[in-house]
Amino acid sequence: MCLAVPGEVLSIDGDDVLMRDGRIAFAGVVKRACLAYVPEAKIGDYVLVHAGFAIAVIDAVEAQRTLALIEEIVAEDRW
Amino acid sequence: MVKYVDEFRDPAAARHYADAIARVTTRPWTIMEICGGQTHAIVRHGIDQMLPDGILLLHGPGCPVCVTPSGMIDAAISIAERSGVILCTFGDMLRVPGGQGSLLSARGRGADVRMVYSPLDALALAQENPAREVVFFAIGFETTAPTTAMAVLQAEREGLSNFSLLVSHVLVPPAMEALLSDPANGVQGFLAAGHVCTVTGYREYEPIARRFGIPIVVTGFEPLDLLQGIYLCIRQLEEGRVEVENQYRRLVHPEGNARACAAVDRVFCVRSQQWRGIGEIEASGLGLAPDYEPFDALVRFPGTAVPPEDQTSCISGEILRGVRKPCDCPAFATACTPEHPLGATMVSSEGACAAYYRYRRPLVAE
Amino acid sequence: MTDKPSLSFSCPVPDSNSERIEIAHGGGGLLTQRLIDTVFRPAFGQSENDLTHDGAVLDVGGAKLAFTTDSYVVDPLFFPGGNIGTLAVNGTVNDLAMCGARPVALSAAFVIEEAFPMSDLLRIVQSMRTAADAAEVRLVAGDTKVVERGKGDGLYLTTSGMGQIVVPQPVSPQRVRPGDVIVLSGDVGKHGMAVMAAREALGFEPPIVSDCAPLAAPILRLIDEGIDIHCLRDLTRGGLATALIEIAHTASVTMRIAGSTVPVSAPVRGACELLGIDPLYVANEGRFVALVPAQAGQRTLDLLRGYDDNAAIIGTVEMVDEPGSLTLEMLGGVRALDLLTGEQLPRIC
Repeated sequence: MCLAVPGEVLSIDGDDVLMRDGRIAFAGVVKRACLAYVPEAKIGDYVLVHAGFAIAVIDAVEAQRTLALIEEIVAEDRW
Repeated sequence: MVKYVDEFRDPAAARHYADAIARVTTRPWTIMEICGGQTHAIVRHGIDQMLPDGILLLHGPGCPVCVTPSGMIDAAISIAERSGVILCTFGDMLRVPGGQGSLLSARGRGADVRMVYSPLDALALAQENPAREVVFFAIGFETTAPTTAMAVLQAEREGLSNFSLLVSHVLVPPAMEALLSDPANGVQGFLAAGHVCTVTGYREYEPIARRFGIPIVVTGFEPLDLLQGIYLCIRQLEEGRVEVENQYRRLVHPEGNARACAAVDRVFCVRSQQWRGIGEIEASGLGLAPDYEPFDALVRFPGTAVPPEDQTSCISGEILRGVRKPCDCPAFATACTPEHPLGATMVSSEGACAAYYRYRRPLVAE
Repeated sequence: MTDKPSLSFSCPVPDSNSERIEIAHGGGGLLTQRLIDTVFRPAFGQSENDLTHDGAVLDVGGAKLAFTTDSYVVDPLFFPGGNIGTLAVNGTVNDLAMCGARPVALSAAFVIEEAFPMSDLLRIVQSMRTAADAAEVRLVAGDTKVVERGKGDGLYLTTSGMGQIVVPQPVSPQRVRPGDVIVLSGDVGKHGMAVMAAREALGFEPPIVSDCAPLAAPILRLIDEGIDIHCLRDLTRGGLATALIEIAHTASVTMRIAGSTVPVSAPVRGACELLGIDPLYVANEGRFVALVPAQAGQRTLDLLRGYDDNAAIIGTVEMVDEPGSLTLEMLGGVRALDLLTGEQLPRIC
């Protein structure tokens, strides 16, 4: 159900909301994905791509928070 | 260094989480993850091997490929065998046996069956082959339904007359409720599928958590996501809390992706659905909405049979619910093997039975 | 350590009734193995160990020769980094090299479909000549057949090869010993992904390029430098994992490799993540593993690094065990790797 991969938006094509697509970079390859479901996506954003569609934009701040949580847990356990 | 992937695979951080899980765990707990992609990730990285012995991680019916009713596969094959039809679907759907063989074996007999990576590829095939009927076998959970919906919307926009779909999309929350409603259910906590929730949000899990008293943690797919999700779930269980928590915050918002949901609501309607190995679950599937019936392959090719599910010796459903173990099954490793699967849990090697079958060979001890 | 099941990723499994040949029988995995065990070895083999290695070593009037054959049915015929012709030449050259032989001569049999474009045939043949020159072999014999339109898939090519054994001790799974080190000659996954991407028009930029190449030079170098090579295997159908599992089964040993040490290029990594494919099982056409005694490991690595920066020591042979097996060290622990039952296909879940 859920194979979806983060990639960086390199370029965006098309003005039509239904047909807007972009070139997305995944590690060392670039492949096109439909951006119809992420109208807010800009060049440089990271999007989650599933079956040829970007379904969400990654929130960089939340990503950092998630990673930082381990430090909190390790600290908690020191008490 | 692949951004948003490698940071979430850091081995040192993973070990910290594993230690933290071991520290907070004082009792045995049974947790289910309900996404084939998460099962894959757990196996690929060995996450289950990092958990303390008391934690049982069950793999739920989260592989849309193996819960697709065998009758739908048979219908896909019979449509594929019609002259002039190009039947396309995702790669992992090609080898699943229906009642009469798989799409791949149908291709071997001459049917034009093609693999696509996206429903838009199927649409492109229809545009490029105006003299052929292109049928897309649309499977998947809520993550995939919006992608199918967009293919339909674009087809409608372009007035394509040679594109239709065999729809077998399934929904997660009704399946969870069906599992939890089973009096023999042993699942105490859930890891909700992060990518499904990226689309749907997680509001609909709140009544489920309350009604069944089960903590639900929306969880991602990388090792640190899974470990953090398991940690949060166990903490709730240990502390006696029942909440829906969101571990996958970088991608999941409570309301999900409104545009994607709107497209799905427009193109599909909710209906009851057969789950292979489990049975019929009400309001757990999607079919094309009345306005989009012309795109339904079963309407376009009337007379296509969708044979009912076989009653076999398969006890997949009970295994999926954690009620029975694969070795309890009389058919396990005798009539039912990965090469001749009788049910969902053996069809996919992510399934519990296939896993146990492979384990029959000795694993190198630590 | 409690029971933790070993899981693998060939999802889902083919319906294998085995009354008819299926595509998976040609995939290099479990069904191919079964076909060899149940059909070919009983008919042609003289012992259990026959037909377990890429080529045969023959004693012909005192001369030790290697002899091998391979057929090529790749689709598409042309792909980034090569074509069916380059595959055919390099593939057979490599099978000879894996026996510890200096490749000497090849034959090529063409089965061509009626109406196949002459220009394509010329391109393929020219590439074969170029590949043969690069590999320092000659194409000395051949055959051509033409089949009716619709019966041929364009072109099927079979090459056979003969080489002179130059390795002082035999190179085969039977020589593998506990303590041996597994040295990989370079990064994995390029060929299979290049062909899949081309065949399914996946639209990767830049296109993934096959690693198709002759391997005689690095192997002859190892031999020249006196490395006591126990076993060699090129990593074709079924990839690195399949090659090691087969050696482990034949040699009745357990092997362990560390996932983090297996080099994978960025484009292959991106493509594999996107499609849900495991690079350990993806075909290569220019990579091999050498199993050498522990004390020769570093020297072997240094020599191979002279040909490819990405050469790496990826694991060891642990102990004698029946049946043999391959385990992978991952982030969270270890798991056994199995032969695939069918070709890996891109997945959605």
